[in-house]
Amino acid sequence: MSPRTRLLSAGALLTATLLTPACRPPGSRAAAASATSPAASTYVAPGAKDQFYLFYSGGHSGQVYVAGLPSMRHIATIPVFARYPATGYGYDEESRKMLGEFTWGDMHHPGLSQTDGRYDGRWLFVNDNANNRVARIDLRDFKTRQILGPIPNSSGTHGSSFVTENTEYVLVATRFSIPLPKGRYADPQRYEAEFSGMVSGLAVDPKSGTLSVGWQILTPPFNWDLGSTGKGPSSGWAFWTSYNSEMAGTGLEANATRLDRDYAAIVNWRAAEQAIKDGKGTLTGGVPMIDPAKVPGVMYFLPVPKSPHGIDTDPSGRWIVASGKLQPVASVFDFEKIRQAIDRHEFTGNVRGVPVLNYEALLEGDVPVGLGPLHTQYDGKGNAYTSLFVESAVAKWRLPPWSPEDRKDLNKVVLDKIPVHYNIGHLVIGGSDTREPYGQYLVAMNKLSKGRHVSVGPSQPESSELIDITGSKMGLLAEAFTEPEPHFAQILKADRITPIEVYPKGENHDADAVWSADQTGITRTGNKVVVKMMAIRSKFVPDVIEAHAGDEITIHLTNVEQTTDMIHGLGIVEHDMNVVVDPGETKTVRFKANKTGVYPFYCTNFCSALHQEMQGYLAVKP
Amino acid sequence: MHAILRAIDAFLERPLSAASRGVVLLGMAALIGGGLLPLWRIQLVAPQYEEGLTLVMYSHAIAAGHGGQDLNEINTLNHYIGMKPIVQSDFAEMTWMPFAIGIFALLALRAAAVGRIRHLVDLGVLFLYFGLFSLATFAYRLWSYGHHLDPHAPMRIAPFTPILIGQQQIANFVQSSLPMAGTACMGAFLMTVVAAIWLSRPEVS
Repeated sequence: MSPRTRLLSAGALLTATLLTPACRPPGSRAAAASATSPAASTYVAPGAKDQFYLFYSGGHSGQVYVAGLPSMRHIATIPVFARYPATGYGYDEESRKMLGEFTWGDMHHPGLSQTDGRYDGRWLFVNDNANNRVARIDLRDFKTRQILGPIPNSSGTHGSSFVTENTEYVLVATRFSIPLPKGRYADPQRYEAEFSGMVSGLAVDPKSGTLSVGWQILTPPFNWDLGSTGKGPSSGWAFWTSYNSEMAGTGLEANATRLDRDYAAIVNWRAAEQAIKDGKGTLTGGVPMIDPAKVPGVMYFLPVPKSPHGIDTDPSGRWIVASGKLQPVASVFDFEKIRQAIDRHEFTGNVRGVPVLNYEALLEGDVPVGLGPLHTQYDGKGNAYTSLFVESAVAKWRLPPWSPEDRKDLNKVVLDKIPVHYNIGHLVIGGSDTREPYGQYLVAMNKLSKGRHVSVGPSQPESSELIDITGSKMGLLAEAFTEPEPHFAQILKADRITPIEVYPKGENHDADAVWSADQTGITRTGNKVVVKMMAIRSKFVPDVIEAHAGDEITIHLTNVEQTTDMIHGLGIVEHDMNVVVDPGETKTVRFKANKTGVYPFYCTNFCSALHQEMQGYLAVKP
Repeated sequence: MHAILRAIDAFLERPLSAASRGVVLLGMAALIGGGLLPLWRIQLVAPQYEEGLTLVMYSHAIAAGHGGQDLNEINTLNHYIGMKPIVQSDFAEMTWMPFAIGIFALLALRAAAVGRIRHLVDLGVLFLYFGLFSLATFAYRLWSYGHHLDPHAPMRIAPFTPILIGQQQIANFVQSSLPMAGTACMGAFLMTVVAAIWLSRPEVS
């Protein structure tokens, strides 16, 4: 080889090493190929109906969104904690009164009412973590009927809405602790000494569903997180996880993650109810409150893995699963053993008078489900499904009883894992919190949707994914982009309920309702003008309201239609007013006519061929 | 024995052939390339980071993917396990490496202009030391980042060593690390020095 050829070959080598091949980064997965079968299994033909309702919380939008399964189509929005002009919510007197001084809420965990541990399709309860409220939606008409709160002595209703087996209570635990009584100042540096948390039992009237605070239990200032209610062997009990058993007032990211264990609360709510009946509560903030140090038997603490999130009771009521979001395991506890330990007073000590159970003795097993386990749901066939935030996946695993072989290596009970996109928070299987889960679909509610949809700019929706859990392997079926931000959801069989589609005239007991033109009218008392108005295709009667500047105007608007979907709206130009009345419904709006001039009003909800003609005038004289 | 030493001495004093000088000049070009091109790439891929988070090490700087954002992202994620933030100012070698490369380029130029074999031997040995030392400090830095974790971090994990060449799983991330074109250039430079000595061995002259 001559020096010249050597030079050339050295040059070639150099060139070759300079070219780095462009390839997929190691570890990345190819995008899932879409097959025909998942599309077919989620296709609901035009005119055909979904099998299930999916009620998902809208997070800080404050609303409940209703979608159908398996299509994942958004069908309706139920406004709860925020105004919603589309249905006139927050403009009429009744809904304005419910919303009170707040314009928003932070909705987390919807809970369906139950009878005998099964969904009875009557009510959906939802919480507002921001303003300490719990609301009740009536599933007869899909309307918010009550907002209870701010709940006394409480701050942050994150640990709700967990409904007991027969809807005796909606149970609530506080995420935040505050100095009590509410409104008192204390230095947050004195957190451990001055602050308190609270567990509340909101009693539900069995007929009307009306919520009221039944009792409260004072707790140390842990941050109560999530919970579930018992059934079967754990009937009458409820469970919550907490973080910050360190009781740090500030810098929680580092200061609330020091200990290797945090406490779960094991609450005997029947005992709490009895204690109140026996007069063992003290009236605090207008509510009977139990100090668990003075009333034994209502509350116990169970150490669980560090900084846990979900604690979920299985459909049998025997297995309680807590996931430590900073430890890669789901810890399974046997409630029968917990019960025995309580009965035999086998405690390792106490925290502020609350007995602490022995973790090692009660742990059935730590299932190595994967990284960042958050919540667990059940299919009713002995399987559990845990969301893995860090790993961005759902793990399917088998509940006890386990064989000695399984116990040696609990990796064996982890049956399947499916990636989701991305960073799953909650997941839901229909009926998982009842005795009889549907066990057909799982909806993964993912926190990040980046890159999964056509770009909509920096404000991104969340992604929710439908997973088929009928086979031995989970299968991803469909994906939808859900309003920010679904924290949890409930799935209800569509045939479980038969909502009304018009308000029957005979049930309208509003004293100010009018059903024909001759009942309508305008009366004036001093500077108060009261209008009884009817809306019918395609007119308002009366269609002229005369007033003087400064008058207070009250309009009782009745939609006299009895036909499905014949909805009318009343929007008043430049008066920030839009009320919407469903067929057979009467709503009342009240406002000041402050400005002189003539202001048109018109029907805002398209009703008929002459919808455009459906208008009138508010004529205000000086 | 004396004869062998004299022979080596004579060999070391031998002027370089024209081919050797050409090869050394080519090597110098590669060396300068090594100073400018990326030396090493570290990549982290997770389900939620399918496109990967990328760090590229140059002799003089750290560059990160997505317009530099990947470094912020990596540091934000690492704070959960208590890892010290990765900042360029901690890499002292990024100040002395460009200087050293300049010195080696000048030495290569001298060898090409008035070179004798001993110049090349000096150059090769010193450069080999420089290369191994740089690699060792890089490996030490990786070890150090994974072994000095804040015990008060929210997530406590066992100390670990990010891999230097190849790939490994760390929690939900697949970490991969590979040399890049700049390192190949550095290697090529060393090869040209050896080749230049070879081309000027007695039989050829």
